[in-house]
Amino acid sequence: MSNPQQLRYSKEHEWLSAADADGVSTIGITEFAANALGDVVYVQLPDVGSAVTAGETCGELESTKSVSDLYAPVSGEVTEINEDVVNDPALVNSAPFEGGWLFKVRVANEPEELLSADEYTAFAEN
Amino acid sequence: MTDAPPTPRRTALDARHRALGATMTDFAGWEMPLRYGSERDEHTAVRTRAGLFDLSHMGEISLIGPRAGQALDHALVGRLSALAVGRARYTMICDTEGGILDDLIVYRLGDEEFLVVANAANAQVVLDALTERASGFETAVRDDREAYALIAVQGPESPGILKRLTDADLDGLKYYAGLPGTVAGVPAMIARTGYTGEDGFELFLAPDDAERVWDALTEAGAPVGLVPCGLSCRDTLRLEAGMPLYGHELTSDTTPFDAGLGRVVKLDKPGDFVGRQALEAASRQADTVSPRTLVGLIAEGRRVPRAGYAVVAADGSRIGQVTSGAPSPTLGKPIAMAYVDVEYAKPGTEGVSVDIRGTREPYEVVALPFYRRER
Repeated sequence: MSNPQQLRYSKEHEWLSAADADGVSTIGITEFAANALGDVVYVQLPDVGSAVTAGETCGELESTKSVSDLYAPVSGEVTEINEDVVNDPALVNSAPFEGGWLFKVRVANEPEELLSADEYTAFAEN
Repeated sequence: MTDAPPTPRRTALDARHRALGATMTDFAGWEMPLRYGSERDEHTAVRTRAGLFDLSHMGEISLIGPRAGQALDHALVGRLSALAVGRARYTMICDTEGGILDDLIVYRLGDEEFLVVANAANAQVVLDALTERASGFETAVRDDREAYALIAVQGPESPGILKRLTDADLDGLKYYAGLPGTVAGVPAMIARTGYTGEDGFELFLAPDDAERVWDALTEAGAPVGLVPCGLSCRDTLRLEAGMPLYGHELTSDTTPFDAGLGRVVKLDKPGDFVGRQALEAASRQADTVSPRTLVGLIAEGRRVPRAGYAVVAADGSRIGQVTSGAPSPTLGKPIAMAYVDVEYAKPGTEGVSVDIRGTREPYEVVALPFYRRER
């Protein structure tokens, strides 16, 4: 699998897009994480307007066999959640880097330990 | 000091699973395929077409001797001496307190030969108990775990697929029957059994022949949509079919009567058997006041109940516990099996919910199974 070069990654297997002009980044989980989970059947996302904190849980993902916490890779205010993925959680499996994105955050603070695509690939494969 | 965990065992089909890109999981000391692709697609394939499973982790034990049937009557809760040659029976082995040590399928291969199939996690316990309990019955108890690979082909297309590879009379092979034959040119014990709620077959064969039979079934099944299936969909298939799983619905703290499976206990069989006294008491109790009952639960929402979650009444009191839960591909909703206090066990009972990590989610109480195939 290939992890898009333009994204950055957390060790909890979230990806983060570069901030747009308003300072808003899109967040999702990686294909590696989606494959490890199996078919995602339920997605609980943070409320729009709520604050999330880097490294803390902000939602959950349920698959056939398990439930996993969703971690915020950055701190900031949630500006939008992906209603399509709430209604059709299988998008997380079919298009984790595109239509399966989870939520958007106006980034207030970004931890230094986010990984590049190559670093994340090495981390995930290890 | 800690010992390194023992290396998981691999089945004779391990190379096939890896070539297919399976996600592997440790299961009762075996490295088994969890899924090859989407477990939901695998589940649907078994319900509508056919699925191919490697079940070689299951534990086979042979009992051989002129009184092998009597030995099993003594060791198990069923009356296996009455089983006709070529037939199979679902049964259980209990301890002296009536607690379930394992649930089993027993095949009668001949007048003096039975094949007991135990769950992988319990195979050693069952082997030890059978060895002890069969003493005095002139019966050899043989550990045949290494002697068999087990391949299952399950689903409505499975008879057609298997017919292309065997001369055995599949039309004459009833549900819960087994006969020796050849599949893809190699000897196999062909059984019409399974754990999916669908028609299907389980093939007991020599490990050295497993790849050949797997490949032949893969090829014969391809035109009708057979896919390889992992343990993940096996669990959702059996859950929809209301079939219990040891360690979940069945434990050593549970009697067959607790699990609603008192019918497998043959109290009217002659002679003593291990657990008889306790099971007679459990039977009497089940007739009068049963403290808890195994029910089905169907979610109104989308959050999935998991084993161990509390079932609660409208007033918030705890009335039971989930034993198995999963999203049901067939129903399109999360489902669960749970033991609940008997006054809440009636289908349609109002106000029942499951505590899902601190949030109460409403659930409908239903009778099991969730799914029954059309025959």
